[in-house]
Amino acid sequence: MLKKISLWRMLSFCVLICLTLIVRAGESVDRRLELQHLIKHDCGSCHGMTLSGGLGPSLKAEALKNKSDELLMVTISEGRAGTPMPAWKSLLSKNDITIIIKLLRNSAVN
Amino acid sequence: MKKILFILLVIQLTGCANQNLRGTGDLGLIVERAMGRLQLVEHTHNRSLATIEGLGDLSHASIVYSRDARYGFVFGRDGGLTKIDLLEQKIVKRIMQSGNSIGGAISQDGKLIAVSNYKPGGINVFNSETLELVANIPAIYGAGKQSKTVGLVDAPGQLFVFSLYDAGEIWVVDMKDISNPVVTKYKEVGLLPYDGLITPDGRYYIAGLFGEDGLAMLDLWHRENGVTRIMDHYGKGKEKLPVYKMPHLEGWAMAGDKMLLPAVGQHEVLVMDNNWKQIKSIAVHGQPIFVMSRPDHRQMWVNFAHPRNDTIQVIDTETLKVIKTLKPGKAVLHMEFSPRGEQVWMSVRDEDRVDVVDTQTFAVVKRLKVDKPSGIFFTNRAHKTGL
Repeated sequence: MLKKISLWRMLSFCVLICLTLIVRAGESVDRRLELQHLIKHDCGSCHGMTLSGGLGPSLKAEALKNKSDELLMVTISEGRAGTPMPAWKSLLSKNDITIIIKLLRNSAVN
Repeated sequence: MKKILFILLVIQLTGCANQNLRGTGDLGLIVERAMGRLQLVEHTHNRSLATIEGLGDLSHASIVYSRDARYGFVFGRDGGLTKIDLLEQKIVKRIMQSGNSIGGAISQDGKLIAVSNYKPGGINVFNSETLELVANIPAIYGAGKQSKTVGLVDAPGQLFVFSLYDAGEIWVVDMKDISNPVVTKYKEVGLLPYDGLITPDGRYYIAGLFGEDGLAMLDLWHRENGVTRIMDHYGKGKEKLPVYKMPHLEGWAMAGDKMLLPAVGQHEVLVMDNNWKQIKSIAVHGQPIFVMSRPDHRQMWVNFAHPRNDTIQVIDTETLKVIKTLKPGKAVLHMEFSPRGEQVWMSVRDEDRVDVVDTQTFAVVKRLKVDKPSGIFFTNRAHKTGL
């Protein structure tokens, strides 16, 4: 009997974990799509919709390959003084910026 | 009998031909930025007539019109310059004139098209009939560096005026003799001029400065006086908010003896008197992008930068108060008034819609399905300096 209960408990625990993971995964997919949209249209207003540059420099993977993740994190989060690049930290979390850097490096925007 | 039949046939054929005749005064083009496509629209019946494809990267694209208002010249971000025939509803010619461009202008006589380029920095001038290159003017400054160019407009006297973003200069190009363009350079006008405009009478060229407070102004009637700084105390001591989208100065709004303009990095619209002195700032919903005057100048319509770009506010020019706040939807990028201002069209990018709004009742009178719309350009721009 005891065994049966703990088995049920374990099973429901597993289901709960799975459900949580599925919901989380769902959230992050949505967020990733939102961030892709943001990169294309809002970053794109200065860096070009294809990210090949405009008022701001190119954000193509090739152009970023010599720039470290740390530098990109600071640039997006804090902006760049003396240029129109604004600080995005009030709109984007660290996690968001990490996803953005990955998307840019993987050319996964267009 | 044969004669009568022939006459009848001629009458019928003439009738057919006449049915196909139309003017272009109520036509316009809407940029579908992500698709590289334009929608040809008509504002008598508020409808779409056709789509025209194959225009490349249209982010930040803008359009000027030939003086017969039959042809549109589209300036794409990817350096493409495309001539569109509105009546035939097709591309007449398309050239890649640079690697990266940011708008253009048509000359006073309509014979020249100038394009402002980021890369390589400078302007190119073309014959508006053939799109053949007439002049290339690289924006070289300092020790051989090349600057991005912005804020290119036409001015009376076959002039083109533009600003050098990296160099902080304003250049005037006189194209009266197309084989010998004469360039006058005004140096050290201020840090990072980001856009420019010319007043509707074609007299004052004004560049907005991103790198410092104030605006750089050139009186084209008295170029000997050089560039002067106006509104130079604006913003002093105030911390600027992060600017997620550069304001535009096109269509800078004038109403009687007042001018309204977007403040950079503030949730404000600024009001200047006719001595270029700030007389008021109007608190608004977000950082303004376009401040556009209804053609009768009684209202100013304002849209805003990301992330507060779901809103439009209307300012009464007599009381200088916000009289209406509209929520058309996510990412309202641009507005265009019908020629006499009874309606305004607005692009709601993230909802793939263009709304036509009555400017008296503020009611939406029509919704058009447009993919990721950005700029809306009606042909009445053909006869306005600086547009």
